[in-house]
Amino acid sequence: MARSKSRASSEVNAGSMADIAFLLLIFFLVTTTIASDKGLTITLPPKPDDAEEIDLIIKERNLFKVSINSADALLVEGERMDDYTEIKDMLIEHILNPTNDPELSESPDKAIVSYKTDRGTSYEIYINVLDQLQGAYYQIYGERVGLTAEEFRTLDLSNPKDQALYDEGREGIPMAISIAEPTNIGG
Amino acid sequence: MSKFKKKTSASQDIPTAALPDIIFMLLFFFMVTTVLRETDILVEQNIPKAEQLRKIERKSLVSYLYIGKPKKAEVYGEEAKIQANDVFIEPKDVLLWVANEKDKLAEQERDKITIALKVDSEAKMGVISDVQQQLREANARKLMYNTRVLTEQQAGL
Repeated sequence: MARSKSRASSEVNAGSMADIAFLLLIFFLVTTTIASDKGLTITLPPKPDDAEEIDLIIKERNLFKVSINSADALLVEGERMDDYTEIKDMLIEHILNPTNDPELSESPDKAIVSYKTDRGTSYEIYINVLDQLQGAYYQIYGERVGLTAEEFRTLDLSNPKDQALYDEGREGIPMAISIAEPTNIGG
Repeated sequence: MSKFKKKTSASQDIPTAALPDIIFMLLFFFMVTTVLRETDILVEQNIPKAEQLRKIERKSLVSYLYIGKPKKAEVYGEEAKIQANDVFIEPKDVLLWVANEKDKLAEQERDKITIALKVDSEAKMGVISDVQQQLREANARKLMYNTRVLTEQQAGL
């Protein structure tokens, strides 16, 4: 009775196994989003009462002032600016001051960026301008060690060789971007 | 010519028996490497783009704050809100939240905590500066604004 069937193949048909696995694979590929843990890093200043009250007198010429009002209009070094992408080159010139212009910073280590926003400023323009400011610094750091800004940013700090390059690039030029507390004036 | 014709008797099928195994390996790779999102994001997250990105060095030291307009605007209003873990918090609660997040880390690493802000493009600086003041107060001063990559073509536009 049972023997009559024995001629038929006893293997399970696994031909469509690949299709099933493909379906699962595609499902996972579509539903997962790769977490993007990249961004602009800053370090906040310490608590006001922690910091010793030092009357820092910063010479006007060392300051590179950028402010944005609540209408997202940009003021750079006292002048209105419409295209924020120009800030990067302006800041590089300000920091390095190749022509010893008395209006620009005395020396690269003394340059300070003052970045002020209003409570009504939109976050997007804040990030765009901060991106420009940091870009200027990374470009300077990169040039000092013969890398592009991008190569400098992606240096692997756990690797001693890269760490040495990183330190060499930053040597003597701190990334002094001071983010002031926003005003509440509006308009 | 005749030399080549001899081979035609061989089967032309490619053996595909191992194909499911290969696909399963890929599948397991993806299942193992992906991390499921732990929190539902309750605010809109249209993250701005920037060029000068840095990678986070150690993910275990990072805590996330989400800021943006609530997705359920009819319940929570249009104003940008701060989401920590699964709930909305007020700026003054950030201090407590940071303390909780620090407790999760090993003692010698508590000062290295990094706060990653995932902020919607349309949010205003007011709420962000409130958060930053609280973070200074809580002594969690390493900050990261999560952004997406701005490609060269987009920059040129």
